[in-house]
Amino acid sequence: MAGILVIAEQTGGTLNRASWEAIVAAQSIGGDVKVAIAGREVGAAAAELAAAEVAEVIALQHAALDLYTPDGYVQALAAFIRDAEPGLVVLPHTYQTRDFAPKLAARLERALITDCTAIKAHGDGRAFTRPVFQGKLNADVVADGPTPHLVTIQIGAFRVDALKKSGRRAAVRTVDAAVDASAIRQKPEAPFKEARQAVDLSQAERIVSVGRGIKGPEGLPLVQALADALGAEVAASRPICDAGWLPMERQVGSSGQTVAPKLYLALGISGAIQHLVGMKGSKTIVAINKDPDAPIFEVADYGIVADLFDVVPALTTALKE
Amino acid sequence: MKIAVCIKQVITRESQIRVNEQKTWIRDQDATFELNEPDAYALEEGLRLKEKHGGEVVVCSAGPARATQVIREALARGADRAIHVEGELGSGDAFSMAGALASAIKDEAFDLVLTGLQSDDHGFGQVGVVLAENLGIPHATIIMEVNADGGSLRVKRELEGGWFQFVTMPLPALLTIQSGINQLRYATLKGIMAAKKKEIRTVPAPAGLAARQRIVDLYPPQKVKKTEMIGGSAADAARQLVRALRDDARVI
Repeated sequence: MAGILVIAEQTGGTLNRASWEAIVAAQSIGGDVKVAIAGREVGAAAAELAAAEVAEVIALQHAALDLYTPDGYVQALAAFIRDAEPGLVVLPHTYQTRDFAPKLAARLERALITDCTAIKAHGDGRAFTRPVFQGKLNADVVADGPTPHLVTIQIGAFRVDALKKSGRRAAVRTVDAAVDASAIRQKPEAPFKEARQAVDLSQAERIVSVGRGIKGPEGLPLVQALADALGAEVAASRPICDAGWLPMERQVGSSGQTVAPKLYLALGISGAIQHLVGMKGSKTIVAINKDPDAPIFEVADYGIVADLFDVVPALTTALKE
Repeated sequence: MKIAVCIKQVITRESQIRVNEQKTWIRDQDATFELNEPDAYALEEGLRLKEKHGGEVVVCSAGPARATQVIREALARGADRAIHVEGELGSGDAFSMAGALASAIKDEAFDLVLTGLQSDDHGFGQVGVVLAENLGIPHATIIMEVNADGGSLRVKRELEGGWFQFVTMPLPALLTIQSGINQLRYATLKGIMAAKKKEIRTVPAPAGLAARQRIVDLYPPQKVKKTEMIGGSAADAARQLVRALRDDARVI
């Protein structure tokens, strides 16, 4: 197989959206695309994947793959990839992939390019675009060394509605995964959520979100006053919650809540990819930041290059006028 | 508990970034540098584990001579000694970084190796996991809590969308630490003075570390939206924005 192998992801038999996005990315390259999915019993998920226009879906099954572990997944996938010899392996850039893909690439002694947002032609091969310096620059990256190269596709970079589907369902093949359960060193417990979240930011119509630009917790009343004048919820980027200035439940981004309000006001937020993933679906985005090169301005409808300590009080006053 | 903490020196977040002529990296001759923030959390966790269980914390960094700046800082915060793998690995890929670190620490038999989740510059998020594979030890990523008990670890991993999971594994092991796991301490004057007497062992980067990826173009991202930039004084800009949100966007 010289084509592309997509590694789809399921939890409890349910496919995630990012798996479909990874298939779209693979289809955009062209050629033969196959999809593998690993787990204990993944026949139903494999059948679902067969709706996509792909050459084959492989259900890679083993009792020891019931709960995800990096040791189990790497054993199963390394053996399968060595056997299948694809030219490229495409994975969604999820927390699970981030946990095992570098180990898989190291085991296979192959290149791994993470969080790709675009794929373009480069000479006879291709380059993969990924953000660097917290999203301030994009790098076009070329993989070296023998194939298969591995790439992970950033969430939201490819659109599921661009998925090519086939009238004929793809063939599904079940493979017994090569896993030595005694060599799995991680013993996972069932996933859980912390105490019920009191704030559901996903339902908020307007959000005033604050980042590093706030400098310290003493600036927060200013932000709260603006939120009150707008009838908005207060949210934050990760560093604000890390510092304990606002509770974790108010964090917007890949590790926090995903939001899509009518209005999202980003105050002093630079716009690293992890934050953009959580808020770029907002209808109208306003960015206020001192740094004119901040990536947040790439997604903003309205931008003001200024110190938030100057603009926020003026904004609160203007709203009351 | 013998703990290694891998740290990286990165360009400061406030830096004006300028692309070099070849468009393969940035012009870092006139840049200022700092300790990669996620690594600062890994260091803090290492220091806390040492305070609880005894042992030592050894910081390891692979990078050019200037990386001694962040190594000194880590020593001033309380690390016991340091290993510096010196070489031009600053723009190297994750496999060369992990290879360099593995060669420097493999003979030390650490019980625990900690790294930050990812770096602020490349942001590969790979070095820790590849290092675990190179050292032949189990790993877990995006860790928010570490409990060590005898020969095993029970750690809390962050999953997506507010989910968490506990995972148990034997020592020695490697963990990549999520920022926010603890509150950072800063170096005291006493710590800074004490750091001057601490050992920094410099070892050369091993030969034959071939990068598996290279940057062929580096450029600012293209805008995905047409942004209306609003200028003027703070009061003027605020009034213009309120008008635009009311009359054009109709979101307030």
